[in-house]
Parts: sequence; structure tokens; C-alpha cells
Amino acid sequence: MNRTFLYESHQGLGSKFVNFSGWEMPIHYGSQINEHNSVRNSAGIFDVSHMNIFDFCGVEAKEFMRYVLTNDVNKIDDGSALYSVITNNEGGIIDDLIVYKFNNEKFRVVSNCSTFDEVNNFFESNIIKFDCEFHHKPSLGILAIQGPESETALKNILKLELSNYKSFSFTERNKLFISRTGYTGEDGFEVIGEPEELQNIWDLCISRSIPPIGLGARDTLRVEAGMNLNGTDMTIKNNPFESNLGWVVDFSDVERDFIAKENLLEIKNINKIKLVGVLLNEKGILRSGQKIIKKDFEGEVTSGTFSPYMKKSIGLARIPMDMSGNANVLIRNKLLNVKILSLPFIRKGKIMI
Amino acid sequence: MNETPSDLKFLDSHEWVKVDDNTVKVGISDHAQNELGEVVFVELPAIGDEFVSGDEAAVVESVKAASEVYTPLSGEVIEVNEALEENPELVNTSPYEDGWFFKLKVSDENLGSIDSLMTAEEYLSMLDGNS
Repeated sequence: MNRTFLYESHQGLGSKFVNFSGWEMPIHYGSQINEHNSVRNSAGIFDVSHMNIFDFCGVEAKEFMRYVLTNDVNKIDDGSALYSVITNNEGGIIDDLIVYKFNNEKFRVVSNCSTFDEVNNFFESNIIKFDCEFHHKPSLGILAIQGPESETALKNILKLELSNYKSFSFTERNKLFISRTGYTGEDGFEVIGEPEELQNIWDLCISRSIPPIGLGARDTLRVEAGMNLNGTDMTIKNNPFESNLGWVVDFSDVERDFIAKENLLEIKNINKIKLVGVLLNEKGILRSGQKIIKKDFEGEVTSGTFSPYMKKSIGLARIPMDMSGNANVLIRNKLLNVKILSLPFIRKGKIMI
Repeated sequence: MNETPSDLKFLDSHEWVKVDDNTVKVGISDHAQNELGEVVFVELPAIGDEFVSGDEAAVVESVKAASEVYTPLSGEVIEVNEALEENPELVNTSPYEDGWFFKLKVSDENLGSIDSLMTAEEYLSMLDGNS
């Protein structure tokens, strides 16, 4: 099993480990609920070094990105990041990712751990037609420092003013790549670098009582934030429009050709399915696979959990476009009442529903 | 770590039982609650429900997953731990005392099968063997 360079640090902090796509990663360090609420209320640090980093370089790097991503990097400046998906020719989602633009000839992509082969093959087979090279960077690690106090915490540790870096911007300082991005719905940063540098930042955070956060809380935080998990809320069988991601398919430049463009245009016009939030109005816990039922309509919970911040059960569900208001969820042969909501549930500590 | 009381009997599916005449109290082990993580919901049986040993009698849900609780003996539910409805975390903090799930009335005839369950010592050595 793969381990990150922080494995021994996690052990020393009392981590319980889980096999996450072949990586032995911390699920929690004692209390998933406390870890979750630390990120909502103050700050916490995550080791997400299992995720994949790809660097792209070449005179046609921008043209390549404009061709392979559904979102259009033309709309971002140097030093900015963009969320996107990559799809197969039919418009089925291969993965979601964040792309960082250094300049027209240099980009970085961070994608999910579990999809390395699919994403690597996708880039490899499409890059041939472009004057551009790409490299997987397994030697680099990634830390996420997330929460309303993350700016102050990281500023003190790095001795770097961060207030002028807005959401989805990034910079490179002292061998570190620092972006204002995350997967929690809170303000926060992700820091990419060599293991020695990141170990130092990790140790400083721990010594300053910024708690380590496991993958358990990472999952409940992203569900509250209404963010999809690839492989769970969407797979190769789903298109972006039925995955609450129509906004990352950018048709605005009619001149731009990109993978599955024609199919995605057609899907956009005929799509009758949506991915929404569901809140359980009764006692119980929503889980993926449970049926959502209203009259003749039927849908399915894709992610379900207990929300540590709202202290209620919430989930994401894929349902027919015409379903709204209240509906029923089938849990162990009982029909319970759920409310259908637009996402997110929580943004920056504020309950949005 | 909660001490494992020596007067309990255990199933390999990690339930414990405590026999008091014909009343059998059922809960889950300290090891089970630790594996589950923080318990946030417990679905208890109804008083009067009749179960055959091995039936699914309750459900315990942590943040990450739902697990079934099986009844170790055949009998009728005579009491449930209502405190778990408001405070499911008792399963974590006091698995052998305040975190019990339900009590069954078991006939003399059905009580005999208690001998097939593990003692605390046997249960702990099973856990050692697994780890």
C-alpha cells in the first residue's frame, strides 16, 4: 500500500488509517466530528498528498487545455485557477480537477487519487496533436490548510502576506506553490512542495494547535459544501449537466473546439436530470443508494451522511428535473420525509438552506 | 479503552449479552464501537417485537456507515434503551453500561444456546488473533 511522507506523523498523532484507493490514509485522529467542526469554526490541516499533480509545458499548452477541459482557461489570468471536468467523447465524466495557469505555456492540474490511470491515459492520448509535454509529479506532496483562521495561521508560519491572494489565485514562494483553493466550503489554502518543506509546515501547524484533519471529515465537509466526489456522485456514466456541473462546460467562445463539445451541447438541451441537496426531516441517516420517491418520479441518493455542523442528515441526490419540494426517501423499507434543496448546504460557516 | 466485563458473553459479530434470569440485555462491544467511530443514530426495535437468534434487531450508524445489530438469542423485546435516541454517543462512551441497546425475554428452552457464545476471554483472544 502507498503511504505519504507524513505517514509517521499521522501515526504519532493517533491516526486511524483507511485504505483509500491503494493509499493508507488517515480517516480520523480520534474524533471525526471535532475535526470537522474545527475546520468550520477555526482551522485544520489535511495531508492530501495522495492526489495527482500533472505539469504541462509547451508553446501550445494553453491550446491543449482549451481542447481537453470542458471549462475554458481563456477566462483566467496568469496566477489563477479554474475548476473543470474532463470527459470522454460522449460527455461522460472521467474526473474533476483544478487547473492552475502560470502563463500561456505552463499549466498545472491537480486531480483525484483514484483515477490516475484514466486521467493519465486521457492526457497522453490527447497531447500528441499539440506542441506540449506533461509530467506526473509523484514526488510532490499537498497540504490543505482550511477554515476561517487559515489565512492568519499560514501567514504566521510562512511569514507571507496572503490577504491580497483572492479565492482561486496562487503564487510560488520559497519552493512552495500556494493556492487559495480547497474542498471544504471554507476559506483555505493548498500548498504543494517537496516533502521536507511540507513536513516543516505540517509540524509548525501541529505545534501551533492547528489540528490534523482526516479523510472522514474531508468527506462530511465537502458534502455540506455541496461538492461532488468523483466515483460517488458522478462516474463515467454521468454527464456534467446531471451532476450540477453545467457551469463548468463553457460554450461561450463559439470558435473553441473541445472534447465532446457537440455531444455536450445536445445533452444540455435534452437533459432532464439534476443533482441536488436533500435534507432528512426525520431521524435517521441518508446513505448512497437510497431511493428518493415522489409520485411517479424516482431518484437516488449519491452521497449521504450526518452533518456534524447542522446536526442533521444531509445528502446529494440525482433526481428527475421536475421533482422539487418535499419527497420521500426509502430507508430499510420505511418511507421518510426529505426536503429537496439547491446546493450548497453551508458556505463559509453559514447555513444556506 | 473500556474494560471488558467478565460476566458478559460475546458473538463473533461483536454483540455482547448479559443474562439476568430470563432477561437478556444486548449491546455492542468496545471494539465494535471503536471500529464504527462516532455513533450518530441508533434504530431500536419496538417493544413486543419477537426475534429468532441471528435476526437483525437494531441498526447503529456512525458518521461513516450503518451496521446491523443481531440478536444473539430468540425472544421478545421487553425494553429498549430510549436514552440512545437523544444520546447515541453513549454507545461510544459506555458500550457495556449506558450504551446497551435492548432487553429480551428469553424462554428457559432458548436460554440454553447461551453456552455457544464466547466468554469475554475467548472474545478478546479472537480479536487478538484478527489483528
